[in-house]
Amino acid sequence: MDLYVELLASTIRMSVPLILACLAGLWSERAGIVDIGLEGKMLIAAFVAASASAVYGSAWIGLILAIAASVSFALVHGYASINQRGNQVVSGVAINMLAAGLAVVLGNEWFREGGRTPALPPEGRFMPFEFPSLDDIPIIGPLERVFLSHSILAYAAIALVPLTAWALARTRFGLRLRAVGENPHAVDTAGISVAALRYRAVIIAGVLCGLSGAYISTSLSSSFVRDMTAGGGFMALAALIFANWRAYPALGACLLFGFLQAVGNFTQGASVGGVQIPVQFINMLPYVLTVVLLAGFIGKSVPPKASGIPYTKDR
Amino acid sequence: MHGDGDGMTPAIELIGIDKRFGSVHANKDVTLEIAQGSIHGIIGENGAGKSTLMSILFGFYHADKGEIRVKGQPVRIKSSSDAIALGIGMVHQHFMLVEPFTVLENVVLGAEGGALIGPALDKARAELTRLAADYELDVDPDAIVGELPVGLQQRVEILKALFKGAETLILDEPTGVLTPDEADHLFRILGTLREQGKTVILITHKLREIMAITDRVSVMRRGEVVATRETKQTNVEELAELMVGRHVLLRVEKGPSQPGETVLDVRNLTWKDRKGVARVDNVSFSVRKGEIVGIAGVSGNGQSELLDVISGITRPTSGQVIFEGKDIGILGDPRHVRAEGLAHVPEDRQHRGLIGSFDASENVILGWHHEEALGKGFRLDRDKVVARARAEMEEFDVRPPDPFLKSSKFSGGNQQKLIIAREIKSNPDLLIVGQPTRGVDIGAIEYIHKRIIQLRDEGKAVLLVSVELDEIRSMSDRILVMFAGRIMGERGPGADERELGLLMAGVAKDAA
Repeated sequence: MDLYVELLASTIRMSVPLILACLAGLWSERAGIVDIGLEGKMLIAAFVAASASAVYGSAWIGLILAIAASVSFALVHGYASINQRGNQVVSGVAINMLAAGLAVVLGNEWFREGGRTPALPPEGRFMPFEFPSLDDIPIIGPLERVFLSHSILAYAAIALVPLTAWALARTRFGLRLRAVGENPHAVDTAGISVAALRYRAVIIAGVLCGLSGAYISTSLSSSFVRDMTAGGGFMALAALIFANWRAYPALGACLLFGFLQAVGNFTQGASVGGVQIPVQFINMLPYVLTVVLLAGFIGKSVPPKASGIPYTKDR
Repeated sequence: MHGDGDGMTPAIELIGIDKRFGSVHANKDVTLEIAQGSIHGIIGENGAGKSTLMSILFGFYHADKGEIRVKGQPVRIKSSSDAIALGIGMVHQHFMLVEPFTVLENVVLGAEGGALIGPALDKARAELTRLAADYELDVDPDAIVGELPVGLQQRVEILKALFKGAETLILDEPTGVLTPDEADHLFRILGTLREQGKTVILITHKLREIMAITDRVSVMRRGEVVATRETKQTNVEELAELMVGRHVLLRVEKGPSQPGETVLDVRNLTWKDRKGVARVDNVSFSVRKGEIVGIAGVSGNGQSELLDVISGITRPTSGQVIFEGKDIGILGDPRHVRAEGLAHVPEDRQHRGLIGSFDASENVILGWHHEEALGKGFRLDRDKVVARARAEMEEFDVRPPDPFLKSSKFSGGNQQKLIIAREIKSNPDLLIVGQPTRGVDIGAIEYIHKRIIQLRDEGKAVLLVSVELDEIRSMSDRILVMFAGRIMGERGPGADERELGLLMAGVAKDAA
């Protein structure tokens, strides 16, 4: 019983950074900007959140600076792909490489711990909510531990899913954003600025990646270690494709990937028929599933039409 | 200059508009006056500056010099939103629609009224009902635009402009994608708009449309307005001459055909796309020596796919393509198909006919680069290539006759002449031609038609696919009509346009 409770609670914990990153990708790509750089933005945000929190002793200051760092990376991507009409994949890859290198170099220079940041005290982290009085009540206790024992960032992530779906479907901004991802010419001739819309989408993606990174280093963990996002940004991209660029299916896909990661963590050291399953094999599962899902489902998945194509007035 | 707009302030005045793109002088000191409540045609060849001028009026480009007045007031149009606010709407040649959106969503885009789109959608629904009644503009407001036929998509474009309060509507080559019936419907809509006091500017290169619907017509040539005429006081010949700057033969001159033996025999040909939809559906026909067989149809009814299969670019799903007694459908390889004596002028000049960044001489040998005459082994003899290019460019009057000029720098007509030269000089038994005159100026059209007919008179077979019904009717010895992948019927050269139109729309079908 306890094991299942822990597994489900862990599923949610592992899913949160994926959900935030996946929504970041969704906002960006629905506006027509391909974002391979989710991983890099998450990583730099995780590093900045842990560093700032260690220096200033406040998780919130860490979060704000993490968002600022992620948004500044997003703006670099925006400048390259919107103003300079560069290749969006190349720009995204560059951001990933820059973030991976910069985090380690700065971390080593500032803290001299081989790229790690100092371990954070509880006030420097986003701690899970706790309701000790509920723990021993049957049914409510386990439910509480699955659903209510998370940090505020996790609830923000979950709440952002319906908010995203609603904003895209029902608001002027959402309508225009979807339109610019499908046919920017239609937007331009309707008298709306394509560049301004895309910049807003890119900034939203930056904010969400900032939240995601901060969650990883200051809520899931209590310090930054190199490459700690471990491909989460790419898994979020996979979830986005799997979800056909829609918010609720994205939630489902991220929960599925989160579940697999949780299973991986829980089955370390497990053995089948006396043979111990290598840890690496378990850890591999989410990635294998990603490949299998993409191979099997990508045919049905239709990206926004103008995705990845720089906008020019002439056609 | 004033006709029925006498005494009224013109809806639009363009005064001394000048625009350069780098070395290209797209608009030279253009002055134009559009009367309120009239249909004003602007006609000219490709590259004459019509679209640039209208893009300036719609705020897409900015004029280097000149003034725009709307209802007598000087205005500055810095963006499309300025133009829309001044009551100018535009229906572009390539529709500016968001395909996965519903009609309503497309209509309100840019005119949402508030942060939430719900109220705007309701308002648009009511407005669409009213416009549908007033102007014969019926469209299902909840249909997904990408799933609508092009004729209806065009209506959505008009509705978009009217919803945003357009008083002046610019239409850029609106009939290119329409069947004759749909075009007639469009003209009725434009007529009603005029009755209601709206002003319409119609950009086209089709003289017949100008004569049929406009009140006044301005002719553009090389960036200048060379003449403005009352439509009633001019005629097709005069307009064509003004457009080209010299006398043009509008009718194609050709004698009756003398068909010989069958060269191409297509039997029960079917081609299915990846989704399993039969884009070419059980098609059978033949082409004989010394005749031009024309395939008419609205764009997207399987003609392109048919050309791909016959030219060996794709393999048929079932059926046979018998060329001179041999099934070439199974080759599935253009090089082998060409080696059999079949030449192909592809529909899409820019993508399949030429390599834009290659120079003219390199393009002249595309597909024939492995010929022994051009070099030994893996070596290519540049001198021979250039010599061949010079000869072909001279014979086919390609201008400028420079073998070293990048092919993307040639005009559409001259690019097409390069391709036609390459294909005709390969001495084919069968020439298949897709859209030979799309985006080609009148002068070059005349020449290209002449060469194709000359080929026929030499006893070669020609298969011509075109969405221009006039071209099909004037060139073909037999006309086949395609609709939804099938051949709907066959007609002789003098076929009635209306009858062909019905076949093209899939309304009528001959008993098989």
